[in-house]
Amino acid sequence: MASVPTVETFPRSFIPRRSPPVGLTLLAVAVTALLVLPVIYLGIRSFDSGTEAWQLLARPRIAAVIGRSLLLVVSVTVLATALAVPIAWLLTRTDLPRRGWWTVVMALPLVVPSFIYALVAGTALGPRGLVQKALEGPFGVSEIPNLYGFPAALLALALLTYPYVLLPTMAALRRLDPALDEVSRCLGRGALRTFATVTIPALRPAIAAGALLAALYTLSDFGAVSLLRFETFTAAIFVQYESAYSRSAAAALSLVLVAAAIAIVTLETRSRGRSLHHSLGPGANREFRPLPLRRWRWPAVAGLSLVTFATTVGPGAVLLYWLVRGLAAGEELLELVEPLVNSVGVSLLAAGILLAVAIPLGVLLVRYPSPMARLLERGSYVGFALPGITVAIAFIFFGINVVRPLYQTLVLLLAAYIVLFLPATLGAVRSGLLQVDPRTEEAARTLGKTPRQVLWRVTIPALRGSLAAGAAMAFLLVMKELPAALLLGPIGFRTLATVTWAAADEAFFAQAASSSLLLIVVASLPLALILARRGTSGILRASG
Amino acid sequence: MLHDDSAALDNPASGGRLSRRRLLRIGAVGAVGSAAAAALAACGESQVVTVEKIVTQTEIKEVPVEKIVTQTVVKEVAVEKVVPQTVVKEVPVDRVVEKVVTVEKMMAPKQQTVTVYSGRSESLVAPVLAQFGEISGVDVQIKYAGTPALAATLLEEGSNSPADLFYAQDPGGLGAVEPLFAPLPQDILERSPEWGRHDGGLWTGVTGRARTVVYNNQKFTEADLPDDMFGFHDAAWKGRIGWAPTNGSYQAMVTGMRAVWGEDRTAEWLEGIKANEPIEFPKNTPQVAAAAAGEIDVGFVNHYYLHRFMSEQGESFNARNYHVRGGGPGALIMVSGAGVLASAANPEPAQALIRFLLSDVGQSYFVSNTFEYPMAPGVKTHPGVTPLDTINRPDIEPVELTDLQGTQDLLRRLEILP
Repeated sequence: MASVPTVETFPRSFIPRRSPPVGLTLLAVAVTALLVLPVIYLGIRSFDSGTEAWQLLARPRIAAVIGRSLLLVVSVTVLATALAVPIAWLLTRTDLPRRGWWTVVMALPLVVPSFIYALVAGTALGPRGLVQKALEGPFGVSEIPNLYGFPAALLALALLTYPYVLLPTMAALRRLDPALDEVSRCLGRGALRTFATVTIPALRPAIAAGALLAALYTLSDFGAVSLLRFETFTAAIFVQYESAYSRSAAAALSLVLVAAAIAIVTLETRSRGRSLHHSLGPGANREFRPLPLRRWRWPAVAGLSLVTFATTVGPGAVLLYWLVRGLAAGEELLELVEPLVNSVGVSLLAAGILLAVAIPLGVLLVRYPSPMARLLERGSYVGFALPGITVAIAFIFFGINVVRPLYQTLVLLLAAYIVLFLPATLGAVRSGLLQVDPRTEEAARTLGKTPRQVLWRVTIPALRGSLAAGAAMAFLLVMKELPAALLLGPIGFRTLATVTWAAADEAFFAQAASSSLLLIVVASLPLALILARRGTSGILRASG
Repeated sequence: MLHDDSAALDNPASGGRLSRRRLLRIGAVGAVGSAAAAALAACGESQVVTVEKIVTQTEIKEVPVEKIVTQTVVKEVAVEKVVPQTVVKEVPVDRVVEKVVTVEKMMAPKQQTVTVYSGRSESLVAPVLAQFGEISGVDVQIKYAGTPALAATLLEEGSNSPADLFYAQDPGGLGAVEPLFAPLPQDILERSPEWGRHDGGLWTGVTGRARTVVYNNQKFTEADLPDDMFGFHDAAWKGRIGWAPTNGSYQAMVTGMRAVWGEDRTAEWLEGIKANEPIEFPKNTPQVAAAAAGEIDVGFVNHYYLHRFMSEQGESFNARNYHVRGGGPGALIMVSGAGVLASAANPEPAQALIRFLLSDVGQSYFVSNTFEYPMAPGVKTHPGVTPLDTINRPDIEPVELTDLQGTQDLLRRLEILP
């Protein structure tokens, strides 16, 4: 890094210590209180049947599933990151045709519910599945490799989670001062080497924030791994809920997941490094001059097409096939208008609330670092790592016992969404803020603006790309969220995700296909709106 | 009045799956009911009766069950006064149907509601629950989720639960919340056989489902399959068996085995199958699909999934059910069922709902739409489904199927469950 003149790298202790505004502290305390609710519940519940629940843990089979979970987490994270970073670079730095369109398409896997993806993948690629049947006739292929188990789980989860890394990375790339790359190129490094040695280190906070989400999502997933036949730790938790009806054992096992999540988050914060990356010089970053891909243009398009086929087009085709087959057999479809309105409404609302919470918290984390702020940040990931059903039941406990008037209302559901999905938004905001030079904000202060005006007129405009990424992730996550919507929503609350699950669970394939196709199509529209406005990199230009 | 009607029309408690035609049909049934109710309540009944005739001629023909529905409506709905005859008189028949229903709803002295926690899927039960709402005028509020998730919810909620009724997929779910139930009235309990309800009357079965062996019918005929469950110990089945140890109904089957065979013999069976390296599935449906695809030869599942697949994929779906001819716990019949919570704010409409589910109308719905076995006497099983009396089912009390803990301990000891 030292060879790049426009980046300053300095230890955290150089940042002048200031105490944050009272409002910020209060918000942080309130959100932290919300975030620890599930853990408190798990603590209470895990001990209410004495130590019996804990004895479950002292068995060799449990150690084996923990090991398998961790193996899957590491592999998925590596593969997802390896997919996401080059794609982010292609979409932001090159003259790839139709980049805006590709951006939306590449983010879409976020909206595909994992149980639907696994169901479709199994139908298509399983032994004697659709693909084998298609190959059998013309090519006489009688057997295709059986991917069930680890390979299937790894591929499916990597393809479903790479957008967590992609979105913050793209936002960071757009904000990065092009002068950095140019200096490196002037000094004789090629495009790829520049990318690897200059760009990537500067992107590290964004990549790490995304990779952490991919890792924790993998840790919490049950839908995909169970259908793809790879037994992980969540299976042990689900057995307790699903067939033992034992909430205390499920709680004890969930606490292990909490511990694993905290370990992973700590690892990530350690690896994050202590450097800040924002340009030093005054003025705006120039727009990037897109790197011409030339003969790599079509291979790049082919690569993106392959990923798109594996994540959306292929599954979409299978879903369409189910739909047509079912309709031909006289299947009746569900009425989808009300679920559609509910899905979009609650997702927009949740994305707005998550942004409103994440922006001030991001400012607190980055501009006023303190032990309390670090605790809040790490704690925010716990909800994301827990299976949704665990968080939902924790909120039932508090809803019915503490805030009864709010029980089974949207308010409680939205509060649960803060717990479940805050890190997705907060991570994007935080990594974005790290790239905004605090001196720009200070300059605005010296010119007589109040802190609030600075936030609105300088910081937020500079963060636009990151905010879009954070909002998009929150929107899509809520769109496909299942257990909280089922258990915490107002009575009769149906979303596209809940009707899809209801249908798929009982083998109503045509119904499941219609609602999940609608889910994917509808989610791509706001995604297009959010992402198609390409984030600007110039702070001053953006602020007027 | 007319103006108010149209507002009320916008508020059907319709489950998503009802087509318009079906709604009309249900409406027609309701119309007969309310017309009959009005006839009872009013003196000048001539015009109302005319409507009944018209409706009967045009719409009711296909619905074989109007009698029972009529009864239900007459009993449950408080229709206060005469249905305003001007409304009835002037609109064409198919409109009348909807008008009468809504008018009747408006005139009920106070809107009754019932809150249902349904562990059975919306795709399966929404139409029949909506039908109850339509003909009774009760506002049916439903929370759908998995049976275990709702059981956990009810246990967390305790006596503060907003739910009136819990409708569960399996006896395990009902057993888990048993302490929260209030006894059901005798007339409801008598609708289902003794083996299909709680012996203390806390819950009743609504439908029956058989444990069965799903097999690939391209490779085998029923005659090729072993007489009893121990036959699958044969090494010829190595790697060709599917099972779902984490699944509730699989565990109910094992519980049944423990009740009939005892611990040791059950363990022997489980270990023998385990030695044949069965492929593990998370639940029933992917096993049925895998059997049809030929990925596995046989799987231990519930009977109705096969029929669900066949209704979308037709006769060419390459799997069939085999109910082990030697009988025993492999041919167990389990129930889905319902109970009314002791804390229910609306126990009467909740009981009325169960009564409706167990009525000939309700039972016929399940027979033809979910391919399950009826609980109520006199309702015929679906022609495509193996009749219950030809299945050599074991004699097990439903209460014996709720000892999940012992089953889990056994499955853990044998390293079958994590």
